[in-house]
Amino acid sequence: MSQAPLLSVRDLRVGFATEEGVVQAVDGVSFDLRPGEVLAIVGESGSGKSVTAQTLIGLTRANNARIEGSVQLDGAELTEASDAEMRRLRGERIAMVFQDPMTSFNPVYRIGAQIVEAIRAHRPDTSKQQGKARVVELFEAVGIPKAAQRVDDYPHEFSGGMRQRAMIAMALALEPEVLIADEPTTALDVTIQAQILDLLEQLNREHNLATILITHDLGVVAEVADRVLVMYAGKVVEQGTLDEIFYDPQHPYTWGLLGSLTRIDRPRPHRLPQIAGQPPSLLDLPDGCPFRPRCPHEFGKCSEYPGLDARLAEAPEHRDRCWLTPEEKREKRMVEGQIGLEAPR
Amino acid sequence: MTLLLEVTDLVKHFPIKRGILIDREVDQVRAVDGVGFQVERGETLGLVGESGSGKSTACRAVLQLIKPTSGSVKFEGQEIAGLGRRQMTPLRREMQMIFQDPYASLNPRKRIGQIVGDPLKRQGVASGSELRRQVQELLERVGLSSEHFSRYPHEFSGGQRQRIGIARALALKPKLVICDEPVSALDVSIQAQIVNLLDDLQDELGLAYLFVAHDIGVVRHIADRIAVMNEGKIVEQGSADQVCEQPKDEYTKKLLAAVPIPDPKESRERHQRSSVQ
Repeated sequence: MSQAPLLSVRDLRVGFATEEGVVQAVDGVSFDLRPGEVLAIVGESGSGKSVTAQTLIGLTRANNARIEGSVQLDGAELTEASDAEMRRLRGERIAMVFQDPMTSFNPVYRIGAQIVEAIRAHRPDTSKQQGKARVVELFEAVGIPKAAQRVDDYPHEFSGGMRQRAMIAMALALEPEVLIADEPTTALDVTIQAQILDLLEQLNREHNLATILITHDLGVVAEVADRVLVMYAGKVVEQGTLDEIFYDPQHPYTWGLLGSLTRIDRPRPHRLPQIAGQPPSLLDLPDGCPFRPRCPHEFGKCSEYPGLDARLAEAPEHRDRCWLTPEEKREKRMVEGQIGLEAPR
Repeated sequence: MTLLLEVTDLVKHFPIKRGILIDREVDQVRAVDGVGFQVERGETLGLVGESGSGKSTACRAVLQLIKPTSGSVKFEGQEIAGLGRRQMTPLRREMQMIFQDPYASLNPRKRIGQIVGDPLKRQGVASGSELRRQVQELLERVGLSSEHFSRYPHEFSGGQRQRIGIARALALKPKLVICDEPVSALDVSIQAQIVNLLDDLQDELGLAYLFVAHDIGVVRHIADRIAVMNEGKIVEQGSADQVCEQPKDEYTKKLLAAVPIPDPKESRERHQRSSVQ
């Protein structure tokens, strides 16, 4: 990974002023994204993963929002870019696929026309015919059968999976360098999910696309990601490569996420391991580690929140926010059941 | 074990009509096309299939929320297919439903106490302070607090709302609960909580579940037996382990192959295998 990062996020903080106080949805997130890389951001609802992604393309710029830190795309600062600059950039260089393919298209316009409109907004000299030809090409690339006929369909004539393919086609229309997929498969059947994940992986390979995949499901992550950020209450609590996160997870929250996955290829346990309790309210965070009230391994030191540090000598890029020593963690993981699975390779 | 629900040759066709003044029936959607299964007291039958396979329509037809075209639905030996609203009312105590979307299935303008207490009130089981006592007990049983009685749905997270939906379904002490995708709208970490809760409640109360989902991985965890549905028909039926470990039908194999394996190494191997084929 000697390549220079395409997207570089440093200490990103996003807060929203509400009647009850300031909600710090994202609280100091940093990461780099290189071309051809798939970075997964994992967390429960309210962990700040979607707000992080939306902030990258300027979708959280609201009157009550306060955005701090830096987001650089190829060295250009995005947090200070004007709205017009952001508009040019969106779709052109960074594109986004949203969770709900049912509500992401306007129901009263033909799908093809909506994508042509997006293309023409950025490339005004494209004729409608050229635009339509491009959409057919894109539909074929994302595996929509009978592409030439289906460009004239309305959104309701597409199934959920096909609509998500059309969303991806729209995102790719201007050949962006970064694709942000926010829960792209959550609203879909498992069978369709597998197809969409395959498609994202293929596009990532063929176009050297840098991808940010946002999801609550580590099962999805295992299929496509290169690196993983685990978020909890606005902060990254663990980050590392795919194998580091799955085979040597350091944070008890990651253990909980891994443990609660069902495995079809293993005998079923009597009871599913679960993370107790609910994610905390961002308006009323506990002192110290916000995972403390749900953590079975909490001890005195947890009243202070540790930094995101590398704690393993052999893996300097594998960082986490937990006071337990690596030895203690390995021991506790063993007791909890085969979390962290077996050793890598 | 004794038989609780027996569904035989259940059919639900929806007519496709054309014409302005005179409706002509031009075709039919065979949403449920000759489905048969049984649920015994205290057991869980998983009903699996993709969107459009007819599993939700089958559930609704079992509960007589829609009138089946033909076929028989027997609950404790009594034929209920085709019974009217009024005739079904006493039976509603015995069979309840948990819905998929915890945001849409709770009336946002009603307090939790009203939502959970409504079945008790409608069936004339309890009222006044007795109703309040029973609802608070239910809330505690599903892992909420009795103080939540006078809160509104928007104050709760998705997982908590699904608990409210479960409390409402259990209010009348039913024998059968039909769960239509009860966890698919929830975070994976919260799914485990709800699956475990349903498991515990089954042990405590001797409930039978008809558990409908598109994710065979989740169904396997909770179901004793699994029926796989495709295009309105059941293509395979058997014990949960048997269906998941030695699937016979091609469609079942397809569903199983789609479940992500949360293990990067095995997932890579699986990808290599499938790209070789």
